[in-house]
Amino acid sequence: MSLPLDLHPVLASFGGAIDFIFNPQTSNVTGGKDVGGFDQAVELILAQLQISLYAMALSLLVALPIGLYLGHRGKGELIAIGFGNAGRAIPELALIAFMAAAIGVGVLNLTIALAVLGIPPILTNAFVGVKQVDRSTVDAARGIGMTEFEILRKVEIPLAIPTIFTGIRGSTIAIVATATIAPLAGVESLGDFILNENVYGEDGVLAGAILVALLALTLEFTLAGIQRLLTSEGLRLKTT
Amino acid sequence: MRIDQTKLRMVLAGVLALALALGVAACGSDDDTTGGSTAAETDGGAIASNPANGKVNLTIGSKNFPEQEILGEIYAQALSAAGYKVKSDLNLGSETVALKSVKSGAISGYPEYASTALTSFFGLEPEEVPADATEAWEKANEEFEKEGLTAFEPTPFASANAVGTLKKTAEKYELEDVSDLEGVSEELSLYGSPECRQRIDCLAGLEKLYGLKFKSFNPVDIGLRYTVLEKGQADLSILFTTDPQLSAESDKFVILEDDKEVFPAGNVIFVTEKATAEKAGPDYEKTILQVQEGLTLEVMQELDARVELEKQTPKEAAASYLESAGYTG
Amino acid sequence: MASPALLAAVGEVGGDFFKERTSETLPCQAKSGELFCWDWAGENIDRYVTPTLQHLELVLISLAIGFAIAFSLSLLAHRRAWLRPPLLIGTGILYTIPSVAFFFLLLPITGRGRETAIIALSAYTLQIIYRNTMVGLANVPASVKDAARGMGQTDRQILWRVELPLATPEIIAGLRIATVSTVAIATLAVFAGGGGLGTQIYGGGNLDFLTSIIIAAVIVIAMALILDGLLLAFQRLTMPWRRAAS
Repeated sequence: MSLPLDLHPVLASFGGAIDFIFNPQTSNVTGGKDVGGFDQAVELILAQLQISLYAMALSLLVALPIGLYLGHRGKGELIAIGFGNAGRAIPELALIAFMAAAIGVGVLNLTIALAVLGIPPILTNAFVGVKQVDRSTVDAARGIGMTEFEILRKVEIPLAIPTIFTGIRGSTIAIVATATIAPLAGVESLGDFILNENVYGEDGVLAGAILVALLALTLEFTLAGIQRLLTSEGLRLKTT
Repeated sequence: MRIDQTKLRMVLAGVLALALALGVAACGSDDDTTGGSTAAETDGGAIASNPANGKVNLTIGSKNFPEQEILGEIYAQALSAAGYKVKSDLNLGSETVALKSVKSGAISGYPEYASTALTSFFGLEPEEVPADATEAWEKANEEFEKEGLTAFEPTPFASANAVGTLKKTAEKYELEDVSDLEGVSEELSLYGSPECRQRIDCLAGLEKLYGLKFKSFNPVDIGLRYTVLEKGQADLSILFTTDPQLSAESDKFVILEDDKEVFPAGNVIFVTEKATAEKAGPDYEKTILQVQEGLTLEVMQELDARVELEKQTPKEAAASYLESAGYTG
Repeated sequence: MASPALLAAVGEVGGDFFKERTSETLPCQAKSGELFCWDWAGENIDRYVTPTLQHLELVLISLAIGFAIAFSLSLLAHRRAWLRPPLLIGTGILYTIPSVAFFFLLLPITGRGRETAIIALSAYTLQIIYRNTMVGLANVPASVKDAARGMGQTDRQILWRVELPLATPEIIAGLRIATVSTVAIATLAVFAGGGGLGTQIYGGGNLDFLTSIIIAAVIVIAMALILDGLLLAFQRLTMPWRRAAS
């Protein structure tokens, strides 16, 4: 590897990729069908978001109730935190390949695989967020006659929202990032551009990479903004 | 492919006779002769190592499925035995990526199917692809030469794409030929590699020349072409005629007859830059042609079976072929 | 003695070359969907040695580079508060960009291969190590620093003799997280042509072979846990008086 002293080819590559995003090109493979262009770019971006959405929904459905409950009871720390750490160790490529080979390709199977990656951050953060609520506040609430569920709903969760949302953020980014290799499970996403140089050419590959990076950054930026809005003024001052 | 059989048998018989005669001569010197200072005496014997080749660095590439990797390994190991300094960079991708790698010099050469070269690179329609292996090679070579490349003569075996399905699906819809899919294909899903959509010897051909429309086309990696059938997700899948699953699991999988001859069979021709061939000396082409003489359809299928079914590495399979066929000690 | 070369002509394989295969006689690894083939695994386990070593090499080099850079950055930002937001954002961007995309963004610049993989993997670790180092340093009680200053120590001495040692648990915590993540992500290095255990998952022929996928995944997870454990042990050994920050 040698760093190019001449930047021109590098800029040309990126220029070609930008062109690919906006203008359809003749495909590498003869056959007359054009590839690339704005419409297809948007189509694949939406496809990647769609599968991510399904997986997020499933992750939330599974992880939130369990995390909140365990956090409220203060039990199950091993599971909640252990899962969080273990989740980081799961190689996403293996997970997706495993699902595809063992159960089959397709949206449903990929959703489950992605949810496996998305559950740990939500589970851990929901647990920690609720558990960290000041015990005296909880006791006070219990004292005025709130039921356990009411405590959870009206006291603990609102106070835990910043932490919970941090988990949701992490989960979303992890899922969207992994959805890049969705084509390995037969599902459309920007990974189609990246993994199929034979069809889309070098420009397509780079274009796909640029779009994925932009997608992830935009998402992170948006979620960070939402987090700031969700954190009430008092908490914001407290949690730096 | 059955078009080739007679010619194939003739070629095979000729090769056998020649090899038998030369094999007798080889008996006297059937070890790798190292240290020979003359040009390699490789006629009819094991591949002899020529020290003069040691100055040449070669990188052998291949496309992204097992049969290709086996071929790449066979060539790489053979050239190594001939004294070259060989690296392999297999699993590059599909044909356009591989061709680009040759042109850019990233690899010295790779094995391509003459039919793929003609249809994918040079835009021929399937009916324009010659059925005769030598004619197809000559035609492809003509086009390659215009770009400074050259292709060596073809292997004995040929392979083609095919529309495959589960036996019970074929029985259910009474499918024997691809044409039988008329009227039925709208209910069936087809799975193939991503470039299949545009290739005339794949989906594009099925749509244009057979006039078929499918319920859906789903791109998947070549490695999953049987998995999707087994899991019941694909009604139809694009397979290769040399696939070992077709003979080993013939009670499960079946391919439809290509009655309109949209999937031309291709023998393998080694594609390389002319400049590379010249710099590498005569042993380059000689070794490659020599070592592929033993690649009959049966042998290729056996090698494919070892890698795809028994999960041997392409390297092991190639090595056992070279040894069993007497090319290496 | 009849040499085999006489009986089988060169170019023709020996008679025992071919094997009859039917659905009934297929070995475990030939059957699609078989979860795990123990026999095959036992015989072929040495296939995983080189990829594992490659994987380990990628991880260790990336962590070393990532730590060196992130640590230096946090030292820079320690006394210059104005640096902190841009560094946090900068490392955050590198962290947010999915690794696969990162590999292919680097492709025109650094080409395929190990170096590209290492650059992307290192970049991924920066944020977590930087942030944890900053938090660790920030958590040092002012009273301790004042006491040290009172004893006549220079800022530099305070940094290296007081602040950093006290910040170490937090730093190591960050390093542990970075390690586990990097081990997992390094499987993607196969897309950059960087080798590693991903080659046994995505490499030709493995995509439908559950046994290989499982073996590779198990090795990756084991590697992550072992490295994590080593770091934890290191911390306990060198600073037994400090409980590890979770």
